[in-house]
Amino acid sequence: MTAETTAPGAAAVNAIEVRGLRKAFGDLEVLRGIDFSVARGEVVCVIGPSGSGKSTLLRCVNLLEEPSAGRVTVAGTEVTDPDVDIDRVRRRIGMVFQAFNLFPHLSALENLTIAQRRVLGRDRAEAERIARANLERVGLSDKEAAYPAQLSGGQQQRVAIARALSMEPELMLFDEPTSALDPELVGDVLAVMRGLAQDGMTMLVVTHEMSFAREVADRVVFMDGGVIVEEGTPEQVVGAPQHERTRTFLARVLDPAAAEVGEVAGGGAAGRRVDR
Amino acid sequence: MSVSKRQRARIIRGVQYGVLVVAVVVFALVADWHQLRMAFFDVGVVKALFPEIITTALVNTVLYTLLGFGFGLALGLVLALMRLSSVPPYRWIAITYIEFFRGIPCLLVFIALGFGVPLAFEVALDMNVTVMLSLGLVGAAYMAETIRAGIQAVPKGQTEAARSLGMSHGRAMVSIVIPQAFRIVLPPLTNELILLTKDSSLVYLLGLSLSQFELANFGRDALNEHKSLTPILIAGLLYLVITLPLGQLVRRLEARTAKAR
Ligand SMILES: Nc1ncnc2c1ncn2[C@@H]1O[C@H](COP(=O)(O)OP(=O)(O)OP(=O)(O)O)[C@@H](O)[C@H]1O
Ligand SMILES: [Mg+2]
Repeated sequence: MTAETTAPGAAAVNAIEVRGLRKAFGDLEVLRGIDFSVARGEVVCVIGPSGSGKSTLLRCVNLLEEPSAGRVTVAGTEVTDPDVDIDRVRRRIGMVFQAFNLFPHLSALENLTIAQRRVLGRDRAEAERIARANLERVGLSDKEAAYPAQLSGGQQQRVAIARALSMEPELMLFDEPTSALDPELVGDVLAVMRGLAQDGMTMLVVTHEMSFAREVADRVVFMDGGVIVEEGTPEQVVGAPQHERTRTFLARVLDPAAAEVGEVAGGGAAGRRVDR
Repeated sequence: MSVSKRQRARIIRGVQYGVLVVAVVVFALVADWHQLRMAFFDVGVVKALFPEIITTALVNTVLYTLLGFGFGLALGLVLALMRLSSVPPYRWIAITYIEFFRGIPCLLVFIALGFGVPLAFEVALDMNVTVMLSLGLVGAAYMAETIRAGIQAVPKGQTEAARSLGMSHGRAMVSIVIPQAFRIVLPPLTNELILLTKDSSLVYLLGLSLSQFELANFGRDALNEHKSLTPILIAGLLYLVITLPLGQLVRRLEARTAKAR
């Protein structure tokens, strides 16, 4: 996974390459030197306690946040280069948000076609053909006329995934895609993501779903305090963590009941499930 | 025996009704009904007002209002976007404009455009253009602030989702943020339309020809002719024919927005 080569198009180029990434909000340093990479077709899950900088890391990859220092390269294009056309880069990166962020004034189908038409310049017929194919892929063909407010959370999130897929991205970023969902709706969304992984999509997923990480991820990255504490295969990181911080975190996530007893003050992984 | 709280409340309410009944009775006895009717509702005068009060006056009121509203809305949107611009001079210009035109009477703008401009520049503006500019310039200042608040009320996640799909800032504004902002500001904008309907009466200043009369002017002219308050009452009722349904619309839109949340 050493990819110092930067020739665009070369098969060896990683999908995501992050070097010395730092991000500060005012005095608060949220990312304190991150180095990691995601190979083409790889599924990487990022885990870690609340406030450890997982979302910020994801948002630095498609420049929703501007890094304070360091380099981020996506499929051979250095996005931190000031001359790069970021709108062009973002087309190739799908992003799925915790809060879905569907466009409430547009139907499901229009949610999927608007960027295809306005950004990629596809005509209506082609955009709708691609949109319908992607709605079918997430199992929502019958909902194309529905508005977001008429859909359940799980359905909204699947439409959001289909919206990102309609741009035919090279990689997908997921920021806690199931954290805002009622427990019984989580499965449908994870099933869609599992299917994507099987189809070979490159995915960087922030999640608290340990069973998903264990089953689907090629690699798990554990973050705490703005640094990567450890990374490796799911068996290594989730199964046999090397660091005390990782063990503490996993104990909380895997057994929330025990954590609530042990940590009355809230916060942490157990607290976050309650706070929505 | 002391009175309970509930009994006291009943007594107070009874007294209030009593006072009201006495006032109505006294008014009914004292008032000169014949003279009141002749002043406010002289059937002969009413007949003389129609149909011109509708075909000319009401139509012109609506026309002037829509001219001012249309121009004000377009300018207000531009000002709102300038107000939110990342380029400071744009913000300064927008703020100065908004503060200036919100702070001066609309009447003054009518005088400036109707008399000042023709005198100073020796060009006479078309009547409709003068009305459009006068009402629009002031209306835009109010609408700009309303629209700005609406744009800021659209959740940040909407812009982020749009940008993450590769939309430019401008494209995200046009396709995603502004359509949602307009839903939010529809009720206050309709209120602005009601205010403009009433302000359109200020065109009387410009010295109108008969065919340009709107409701207020028409009413005043007929008042002089018939020496009766009837035209004023009818003109007032016709304003209500415009503004009451709009007010109803505002309430419906507000209820809809409240439900959508
Ligand atoms: N725009 C911002 N301005 C200021 N501080 C911010 C901003 N965004 C994030 N932060 C701070 O950065 C820190 C890391 O935030 P981040 O959202 O990356 O954490 P996270 O690991 O995703 O946590 P969670 O699991 O709760 O989503 C937090 O302390 C947060 O308050
Ligand atoms: Mg987060």
